[in-house]
Amino acid sequence: MSIDLSQFHQVFYEESYEGLDAMEQGLLEMDIEAPDDEVINTIFRAAHSIKGGSGTFGFNQVAEFTHVVETLLDEVRSGHRAMNQSIMDLLLISVDCMRSLLEELQAGDDPDLSQAKDLKSQFESILNSDSEPAESASDGGDNSGGDAVEDNNDTGGKGYHVHFVPEVTLLQTGNEPTRMFRQLAEICDNQMEVVCSFDRMPSLTGMNPEHCYLSWDIKITKAIDRHEIDEIFEWVIDDAEVIITELSGDADSAVNSIEAKSIDSSTPQVETVVEPVEQKEIASIVEQKETAKDPVKVKTKSSPPESSSIRVSIDKVDSLINMVGELVITQSMLGQLGQNFDISRVQRLQEGLAQLEHNTRELQESVMKIRMMPISFVFSRFPRLVRDVSRTLNKKIDLVLSGENTELDKTVMEKIGDPMVHLIRNSIDHGIEMPDVRASAGKSETGTVELNAFHQSGNIVIEIKDDGAGLNKERIHQKAIENGLIDESTILSDEKIFDLIFQPGFSTADAVSDLSGRGVGMDVVKRNIASLNGSIEVSSETGMGSRFVIRLPLTLAILDGQLVRVGEEIFIFPLVSIVESIQMDDTAINKVGGHSDVLQLRDEYVPVVKLNELFSVNIEETAVDEKIIVVVETEGEKMGVVVDELLGQQQVVIKSLEENFKKVEGISGATILGDGTVALIVDVSGLPKMSGTSVKQIESAHKAA
Amino acid sequence: MAKILAVDDSASMRQMVCFTLKGAGHDVIEASDGVEALKLAQGQSVDLVLSDVNMPNMDGITLCKNLRQLATYKFTPILMLTTESTGDKKMEGKSAGATGWIVKPFNPDQLLTTIKKVLG
Repeated sequence: MSIDLSQFHQVFYEESYEGLDAMEQGLLEMDIEAPDDEVINTIFRAAHSIKGGSGTFGFNQVAEFTHVVETLLDEVRSGHRAMNQSIMDLLLISVDCMRSLLEELQAGDDPDLSQAKDLKSQFESILNSDSEPAESASDGGDNSGGDAVEDNNDTGGKGYHVHFVPEVTLLQTGNEPTRMFRQLAEICDNQMEVVCSFDRMPSLTGMNPEHCYLSWDIKITKAIDRHEIDEIFEWVIDDAEVIITELSGDADSAVNSIEAKSIDSSTPQVETVVEPVEQKEIASIVEQKETAKDPVKVKTKSSPPESSSIRVSIDKVDSLINMVGELVITQSMLGQLGQNFDISRVQRLQEGLAQLEHNTRELQESVMKIRMMPISFVFSRFPRLVRDVSRTLNKKIDLVLSGENTELDKTVMEKIGDPMVHLIRNSIDHGIEMPDVRASAGKSETGTVELNAFHQSGNIVIEIKDDGAGLNKERIHQKAIENGLIDESTILSDEKIFDLIFQPGFSTADAVSDLSGRGVGMDVVKRNIASLNGSIEVSSETGMGSRFVIRLPLTLAILDGQLVRVGEEIFIFPLVSIVESIQMDDTAINKVGGHSDVLQLRDEYVPVVKLNELFSVNIEETAVDEKIIVVVETEGEKMGVVVDELLGQQQVVIKSLEENFKKVEGISGATILGDGTVALIVDVSGLPKMSGTSVKQIESAHKAA
Repeated sequence: MAKILAVDDSASMRQMVCFTLKGAGHDVIEASDGVEALKLAQGQSVDLVLSDVNMPNMDGITLCKNLRQLATYKFTPILMLTTESTGDKKMEGKSAGATGWIVKPFNPDQLLTTIKKVLG
């Protein structure tokens, strides 16, 4: 039987990444002075599993490297070695190294072993630095599996004699002599004799029924590999007297003499008759051995697995199954109703349909929940980041995490990691001051960065807060003027000034440091978040710190939409972006700068666009005051959109236009409505750009006028 | 066909072991640590226990000791899956009542060959 090991690779990778995360987390929370045993055990187990798995699945490079890591951890675990900062650092780097080795293997590349080699020699020099652990450093690499018996590939010329006297408690370890003899018979094709001795048998009263008082002498008359015999007795060698001697020409006498002895002492002679073993079984063993030769070969066959998977808790699956069960009941109820339907049963039909709707909605919610994962998956990478960055900068920083169990969609989660890394780096690099500066400002030397996540009205909110110096309003203002983002006379509220940091090409850092300011600015952060239909806000107080608030939809697959009609077409606005909808009133609309319409909304001026003009939809000319203006807000700017009619609100499933058709400006996706027609979802954040109107342009035009 | 209890905290190892054993026609019960294995073992008897050594909650050595306390597991073969080929780990296993060991890494064929030693 041959088994393709590559089918387990995906699980192995996932589990190893999890193990590496656990190691990293454990290392970070470890108190070097007094490490917690359970934490060290967890770290050790993770390394141990990775080593075991990588060896088994043919990733020997990983196994070899992990072995030294494990050996060191084992010494720490058993108390032979004290944990210190340099070991901790080395272990953390090793986690990275193992991760990248695995990633390269997963991608189907040959892993780059230079770092592993370098680290390995560092481990070895630590391990060899004192004599004690040297012994354990040398073991484990071999997979022969037998160090209790020495390797001996000699083939006995004529056969062997085995003298086997087990300890009386042998059976209690689950070892069974008859099984061992049967195996011996297999390897020597039944060319053996077994003689049982009762020498040790006590009197009946002194006998423990669970003990084994027998001993055996076995004569094997076939020339076989000595190693095979050793293997059979490998597990009992410590619990038994096993003497294996090679039969020479005259060695037959050994068994003969024993036989003679047993007859002489007139004890009844019992021969264990060994059952003939089916030839087939032997053949299959030989076959197995042949297929087992090269475990690495399997690896090359596998293509790099691209599909990602998620782990779902049993609860969620159970509720899903439950839901489907109910759906089936409703379906059969409706089916029955349909078989002999008459008008008197309309009431029941309606009830059934309501039930169906209820089931469907619940099912949808449950399915969505499967994609939801706790945000701790993202948060967990930050303790390491904060540690590394603060060490590089010589700053003292505590990271406080809360709301780690807040759940959000996996896709959103995957995309929010990088923007968050950037924000946190910024907070540490630019926000938190050096310890001496903090001390002189009367603050604790250790700065704090807080990460928090929670749900708020269908969104997930992520806060990143630091108690550093805060944003420097004057400098941002000045920089914005230098960069030509605003002109000198412009007077802006604090909020507007802070918002400037999200403009492209904006950096207040005096020097481009190693950490932030690598050309990826806050504008990219903002754009990434906007692409997730989310928003980011910043507030700050000089000397007290800054606070970034990211708001994201829980999922990208479903949207609460407002359906609107323009001519014959139906468009959908994301409900979150709508501020209000008002009846169009001609007197409130002014023409500015010749072309643009602006709406005077209380004391604000809001640019107005007509959806029919934007998307070239033919509409019947109707009276102006029958139209509706939907006021939407995007990136802090308001905008009025003229439509013909407001229809219902409903949850819509977003289908990608890009995947199925192509990217269309002003449209973020499409959905299929209940009647089967396709409705387009308006990309609210793209509207100002598309229409060439924005508050800023209007404001300046208004001032000019 | 034997009934085998396979215990390992690593899902990939467990999958590999189970797949191999099932492929050879055996009936397999899975557990991810000693506690779970002991719970499963109490309700039934099996022909063989294969257990990892390093596991959270209850390790393989402790599991082995506990199983030997149960009347139905007094003589049941218990094999430890271990990467530690050093003598003292094996001795620890033996003194806990383990029948033998399989040294990791092993491949499916080695596994089947080894369990043949104790099934039969």
